[in-house]
Amino acid sequence: MSSTITENPPLLEVRDLTVEFATRAGPVQAVRQVSLSIRKGETVGIVGESGSGKSVTSYAVMRILDRAGKIATGSIGFFGIDLPGLPEREMRDLRGREISMIFQNPRAALNPIRAVGRQIEDVLIRHAQATRATARARAIEMLTQVRIARPEERYHAYPFELSGGMCQRIVIALALACRPQLLIADEPTTGLDVTTQKTVMELVTELTRARGMSTLLITHDLGLAAAYCDRVVVMERGRVVEDALAKDIFRAPQHPYTRRLLRATPRPGARLPDLLPEGEAPPLDAPQSAPGLVLLDVIGLVKEFPRAAEGGIGAWLRRGPALPPARAVDGISFQIRRGESVGLVGESGCGKSTTSMMVMRLIDRTSGSIQFDGQELGEIAPRAFTRSPLRRRIQMVFQDPTDSLNPRYTAERAIADPILRMGDLRGAGLEARCRELARLVGLPEALLGRFPHQLSGGQKARVGIARAIALNPELVVLDEPTAALDVSVQAVVLNLLQELKVRLGMSYLFVSHDLHVVKLLCDRVIVMRQGRIVEQGPTEQVLNHPTADYTRELLAAAPSPP
Amino acid sequence: MSATQAPSAFTASLRHARHVVTGNAVTAGAFALFFLLLLCAAFGPLIAPYDPLASNTMIALQPPSWAHPFGTDQLGRDILSRVVVATRLDMTVAIASVALVFALGGLAGVAAGFFGGWTDRVVGRIADTIMAFPLFVLAMGIVAALGNTVTNIVIATAIVNFPLYARLARAEASIRREAGFVLAARLTGNSELRILLTQILPNILPIMAVQVSLTMGYAILNAAGLSFIGLGVRPPTPEWGIMVAEGASFIVSGEWWVALFPGLALMLAVFCFNLLGDGLRDIVDPQRRS
Amino acid sequence: MRTVALRLAGAIPALIGVILATFVLTRVLPGDTASYFAGPTASAESIAQIRAELGLDRPLPEQFLRYITALTHGDLGMSLTTGQPVLNDLAARLPASAELTLSALLLAMLIAIPLGILAAVKQGSMADHACRILVTGGVSLPVFFTGLLLVYVFYFLLGWSPAPLGRLDAFASAPPTVTGFFLVDTLLIGDTETFRAALAQMVLPVCTLSLFALAPIARIARASMLAVLGSDFVRTARASGLSPRAVILTYGFRNAMLPVLTTLGMVFSFLLGANVLVEKVFAWPGVGSYAVEALIASDFAPVQGFVLAMAILYVLLNLAIDLLYGLVDPRARMTA
Repeated sequence: MSSTITENPPLLEVRDLTVEFATRAGPVQAVRQVSLSIRKGETVGIVGESGSGKSVTSYAVMRILDRAGKIATGSIGFFGIDLPGLPEREMRDLRGREISMIFQNPRAALNPIRAVGRQIEDVLIRHAQATRATARARAIEMLTQVRIARPEERYHAYPFELSGGMCQRIVIALALACRPQLLIADEPTTGLDVTTQKTVMELVTELTRARGMSTLLITHDLGLAAAYCDRVVVMERGRVVEDALAKDIFRAPQHPYTRRLLRATPRPGARLPDLLPEGEAPPLDAPQSAPGLVLLDVIGLVKEFPRAAEGGIGAWLRRGPALPPARAVDGISFQIRRGESVGLVGESGCGKSTTSMMVMRLIDRTSGSIQFDGQELGEIAPRAFTRSPLRRRIQMVFQDPTDSLNPRYTAERAIADPILRMGDLRGAGLEARCRELARLVGLPEALLGRFPHQLSGGQKARVGIARAIALNPELVVLDEPTAALDVSVQAVVLNLLQELKVRLGMSYLFVSHDLHVVKLLCDRVIVMRQGRIVEQGPTEQVLNHPTADYTRELLAAAPSPP
Repeated sequence: MSATQAPSAFTASLRHARHVVTGNAVTAGAFALFFLLLLCAAFGPLIAPYDPLASNTMIALQPPSWAHPFGTDQLGRDILSRVVVATRLDMTVAIASVALVFALGGLAGVAAGFFGGWTDRVVGRIADTIMAFPLFVLAMGIVAALGNTVTNIVIATAIVNFPLYARLARAEASIRREAGFVLAARLTGNSELRILLTQILPNILPIMAVQVSLTMGYAILNAAGLSFIGLGVRPPTPEWGIMVAEGASFIVSGEWWVALFPGLALMLAVFCFNLLGDGLRDIVDPQRRS
Repeated sequence: MRTVALRLAGAIPALIGVILATFVLTRVLPGDTASYFAGPTASAESIAQIRAELGLDRPLPEQFLRYITALTHGDLGMSLTTGQPVLNDLAARLPASAELTLSALLLAMLIAIPLGILAAVKQGSMADHACRILVTGGVSLPVFFTGLLLVYVFYFLLGWSPAPLGRLDAFASAPPTVTGFFLVDTLLIGDTETFRAALAQMVLPVCTLSLFALAPIARIARASMLAVLGSDFVRTARASGLSPRAVILTYGFRNAMLPVLTTLGMVFSFLLGANVLVEKVFAWPGVGSYAVEALIASDFAPVQGFVLAMAILYVLLNLAIDLLYGLVDPRARMTA
């Protein structure tokens, strides 16, 4: 298809675009000298990590930068019209009719107190695509096109009554209602489950292709770009570093940054050391010792939560029959052996986090047994477990490195906390141990005196890991430890975790939504859905020869670069 | 900020505080006013040019002059002296009531937010019941029931402010209850009480401090309002609210100074605390600038 | 209809709390009610006798039961100063207070909401500065002080307004009571002259009160409009090319009104308190000045009746706000 595309004149032509933001410390350039073009019918991806300026570029095209931001230099040509020079009134006519946009976090992108059908009507009427009389029929037609079941009924729904995936489809309907020429999709699937992600992206592709539209896909995910884009533009710190056809960029990346980014992205066939930049020392090569004895044995674990608690007179007035409690975890059994890492994978709400919280004794179980090294944990109440000698043998690394550090503790104080509470080192011995831990996790000693807000995301993740391993635990639960990190940082942290595991002989329970990431670190994988285990087995077997349909679905839905 | 030497959070926040104070003339003015108030409260009787209680009917109701910059009242007492001396009483009432509610409301709220369960229900019910009354009216009722004294004004003011503090502390504690760093502290062997004291409280205190400064103004107004309608302080004790009340009857006949100066003092004090609160909020939370 | 019933039911705990708290205020706290009634010179026997008469020697639960029974009969006790049942006194004076408070609230909303919205939409403009001054100044002004200043300027200096002595000057006669609101009642009988006289009397106290209520409303209107304008869905609306008018009114305004509605309850609470002070300044014959007079005379039944009446009024108002909120916000309808 690309052969016909190249002959078309560009639909959108950005030349030397520089965007400045006014800050207290003076103007800051978020986008510098960016040039890119999109032809009719083409799908172009802008890929970059956080702070690369990819979203700002798209906001500049739409001219919806916030008050502090302005286009400093450069031109944006759309159909030969110079957008920065266009009066705001005419720009408004273009937005939604010629160029549309869909966003991350679809539920927040919709007016919470207006029926979704009405919101589609607003756009149709604004651009004279419908009159008040015909708008409703057109809106329902749009809902049908984005595959909303029972569109007449859903026309009246409010965003809070719809799932995240459905909200994104409404946003797509809103964006495509006036048949624009260009769709800008800003991280359209971030925060959605992989299977939902896939249906949303396929819907976008199908609808834009049917209309002969062009798409600008903004994403941090190289896999997503590889799967859906004709051409990929890579941005780093406000600049375009590479602009090439998708098939070329993944086969032969030219710029070192692109190479690094590509290497860091988990992909089929890649092993953990492959993720690190070229020439960087791979972690200790794992002496593949056979897993030892069973360390954790979970049998028939169940967790029930009472249904949305509503008490008092309101509930009494309704006098409905009491609803049965919801089962977040529905009788699951698995084992973790010494020195083994086990991945616990599933989409949001599948019960994987609840399971890890029960193993950690942060919440109590409803029934079932959790045996750690032959001792029953389930019998010890979470509150009492604080004083149990077992406490120090099971530790955890949290999902959000920022949220998991007390803003008033220095890195050193945070790392020392478990030793102060449960260890016996004090004074110089404690200090030396903290430095040793910092070295182990690759945190420069100079940073030990800093507070969380003075550390980068990767550094905070290292502090969190150092704290978890401070007392040489035997089992560490990793709760999506890299979900909040950029891919290049993720690659480093994953390698660090692998190295620590081998060096310290720990076992991991790795909770994640991402099969590609889990595969890198884990010997065995457990796939969960709706509180139950649908499949478990050695990683190779589950990923290459899945037996459950759901595992196959998950694997097919997760995009990855070739 | 260099990579090798990280400034401690203390010096960083001190620098930010200096930035807020010097970069914002309004906050600087508020600080100046605050020190003036403190000065009057501490040394009022020494600063005052006359005895605030000495009456002299010969010079009753004289307009402001060099001898009496704020004029004299119906008994010939010097209004400037009375306004200055009254600072201590007004400040004491406000500070005492806010300190009381800060301790009680803050603790109750933190406990409710952190422990949840019945603690939460009890604290919530108490706060709801107080909030179901118009606050000033409730304060009137409390003073009427407890007896007409200054101490009871302090208690009443503290009670009507209770929901504000309890709810704020509860909200802040309950969003932190499940925060990652609190879960982490639980895993590292901290008892619940220790978590409350070392993880939750230090992170809530700055927010509560802002609240203190913002409600101080309200506490002053509340106490002055009560004495304006004749509760608490009795004449001839100098107190701003009661002085305005005394001056009220002379307004219609044109003797404006009797009510104006104590009223202005009251207004400036409240104004000062409100501005300080805004300034403090900027120091504590640079993102939530007004 | 179901939602309304649920909301009504939701107000019951608040009402129970209010009644219980008022009872506690009257009976349990220190300060012996009987010795108040008996007066300072009473002997121990007469105090004991009064105590028995009032039922204060009974166990507390029984006292509470009696209290509730009396309440259901509308018996709030007798006022010693007026010699009338407290309920009658309150009923006779409530319209005067309600007319004042509601007019002030209405006026404050009419000014503060557009001002706050404008300040948020045009940040850094004149409206924004005006809003900021009004907000900081408004919360710092003691309401009784503002009232006195206005009286001095507009009555004494300029002579524009009548003497601050109640609802009507001495020469006008009150209209026949229909609603109790003079502005409404005079218009009902077509008496424009009395209407104008009543209006003239109301201008200053209403301005005083609304000046006080302006600040919190404008503040929250500005803040919530700013938050809404920065939200994702307004970005979507702008990215769809909707006109600024539609963005601000349909998308911004309605969402921004939700926090304002919630704050109105708080503002009304402040207003009911401020009302007491303003009534004293303007010699307004409302429930507030009635309570103050009783308070000074150590006549406690009217004070308790007043506190209870205000609290019930306030609970009802909060109920109305809840219902209104449900109309605007579909989410609130679901979680009734």
